[in-house]
Amino acid sequence: MHSVTLGILVSLIAATLRLATPIIFAALGGVISERSGVVNIGLEGIMIAGAFFGVLGSHLTKNAWIGIIFAIVAGMIIALIHAVLSINLKADQVISGVSINIFSAALMSFLLFKFFNRDGQTDGVTQLSYPKEFMGSIPVLGNLLKELNWFVFIAFGLALILHLMLYYTPLGLRIRSVGEHPKAADTLGINVYKIRYLCVLLSGAFAGIGGAALSLGATNLFREGMVSGKGFIALAAMIFGNWKPFGALAASLLFGFAEAFRIVAQGFGWKVPDEVYYSFPYILTMLMLAGFVGKTTPPAADGVPYTKGER
Amino acid sequence: MVNNTAKIDIKKGLKSAQDVLLFPLIAIVFALFVAVFFVMWAKNMGFFEGAATLFSAIWEGTFGKRANFIETLVAVTPLIFTGLAHAVAFRTGLFNIGVEGQFIMGMLAAALIGLIPGIPAPIHVILVLLGGVIFGAIWAAIPGYLKAKVGTNEVVNTIMMNFIAMNVSNYFVKGPIHREGSASSKMILESAKLYRFLSPSERVNVGLFIGIVLAILIYFLLWKTTIGYEIRAVGLNMFAAEYGGINSKKNIILAMVISGAIAGLGGAAHVAGTIHKAHQLVGFTNYGFDGIAVALLGKSHPIGVLFSSVLFGGLNSSARILQKFRIPKQIVYIIQGIIIIFVAADYIYKWIVQKRKKEAIKNA
Repeated sequence: MHSVTLGILVSLIAATLRLATPIIFAALGGVISERSGVVNIGLEGIMIAGAFFGVLGSHLTKNAWIGIIFAIVAGMIIALIHAVLSINLKADQVISGVSINIFSAALMSFLLFKFFNRDGQTDGVTQLSYPKEFMGSIPVLGNLLKELNWFVFIAFGLALILHLMLYYTPLGLRIRSVGEHPKAADTLGINVYKIRYLCVLLSGAFAGIGGAALSLGATNLFREGMVSGKGFIALAAMIFGNWKPFGALAASLLFGFAEAFRIVAQGFGWKVPDEVYYSFPYILTMLMLAGFVGKTTPPAADGVPYTKGER
Repeated sequence: MVNNTAKIDIKKGLKSAQDVLLFPLIAIVFALFVAVFFVMWAKNMGFFEGAATLFSAIWEGTFGKRANFIETLVAVTPLIFTGLAHAVAFRTGLFNIGVEGQFIMGMLAAALIGLIPGIPAPIHVILVLLGGVIFGAIWAAIPGYLKAKVGTNEVVNTIMMNFIAMNVSNYFVKGPIHREGSASSKMILESAKLYRFLSPSERVNVGLFIGIVLAILIYFLLWKTTIGYEIRAVGLNMFAAEYGGINSKKNIILAMVISGAIAGLGGAAHVAGTIHKAHQLVGFTNYGFDGIAVALLGKSHPIGVLFSSVLFGGLNSSARILQKFRIPKQIVYIIQGIIIIFVAADYIYKWIVQKRKKEAIKNA
């Protein structure tokens, strides 16, 4: 292959992987939450919290890894609100998710003002490094791998771990049974509430890292509106991936590609308005959900609050 | 005897009004209370000082001065439309997050049609509003159709349609109807503008009254017509409605179209009455998303929507004044977020009522 074409190809693939990474995290969060029967539209708000606290943690400690821990904790705290609302208080889960989206966005811009004393965006902070030297030494793939930050590798690892956990461990079996038939699971002595809490909190942790992957991976600061619908795209990726970790991973990569293609294609000089490229991922989502997937099957008890001891 | 039943009726009426109003009121009070803590934190104030500063700022920003009061009315107007749009969808058991996109399409329709020359004044305004209705309805019909016929989730699809609407609007505003050297479209023609009843420079306009009349019409549509009955029946229990001979697919599409038409009308009225041009969008207008909160707090009732849009519109318009008091304006959005969290949790209330009933049975 011609070396210029190869160069474009490598940068296209690398951009796809980088752009898909935040979506992968949040989509995996969606998978685990909905597998236990809790719809989580709040992924968007949780990502905003993760993006902000990742930067705050890195700003305070000058260490991006501690920033990620901040992001995880912040994501779990926001997810806790959703868990209490939807598990204990049996709120409509879609409404609960929307409410934490509104609240989280407002709270983060307030905290931005409080901690950085400015509107709009934070100062630049220490960003997560790229494992360039180690990856570059790998033959053949090295050229591609050194273009990727740690988040990309963690995302793929997480998808694998989640797959193994869901399908090959007793905990995974419990989670799936709670999402399919909580009544039966309860009869067998599984604590439905506990499993659902665990899963919603984990989804918060994942989406929190997803947010940090935007603010500490793609850039080195938090900007209001930087999440701009990625949590919702993650939701779509989860549905398109049929509520499975690898499915969600593949669908997220497709969205990453749609976005990366836009960036590359703008350089081709085709006479197409930019807005067509910007719309591409969203149109693709709708087409995929309507045509190619047809009927996806959510877990049977997805979105249905469970009340112990009720017939 | 007759007297007695009348008494019971009044009692029942008061009781149900209390049931409907109590929870939103608790939510508002609690949200304001939490907001005071944020003011205390942001400004290192004591509780009473924080409360006094916040409340006087909100009061001044909403009703305190003539100019602010007018801006509150301006902020309320689009929320009536988007709130009603959400309410209609909620009544069918749908979540139309796409109200934002439908509102944007309504704005675009007005910006496009408002530039057509040679149409006499009253007809031009009517065409502008009608264009908004049609654009909004089409934008909602697509996800409605996909929900009813293919079964794709309307939440995800309407969110995608929002982003697409933003890009479609930007294409026209940056391209065919762009005004040189601005980030917006050309001003619409005089004949396409909605009447400003105070003075031409004060932005409040008859769009406000159109919204109020629309709320009353939607009330009649939902509770006094067959269409409304069917929409509500599908919302209460789709399967029971089907069993009763109601075509739920048809009603899902119909409710989405009505919802989108209302949102589009709101967008058109916003351009024709308040801003007179369409802006290039870097983010969403948020009128559509705020409408979710308005509809929820208003319990998806058209008259409730009128009241809650005053609250949310007032908070939005006070955001500017808050900054004058050196209070971060984000606090008003935190207040809004907490109100919705509370409304989402109104099961707490139902739960308490149920528990009381159980106790009563036990003790009897």
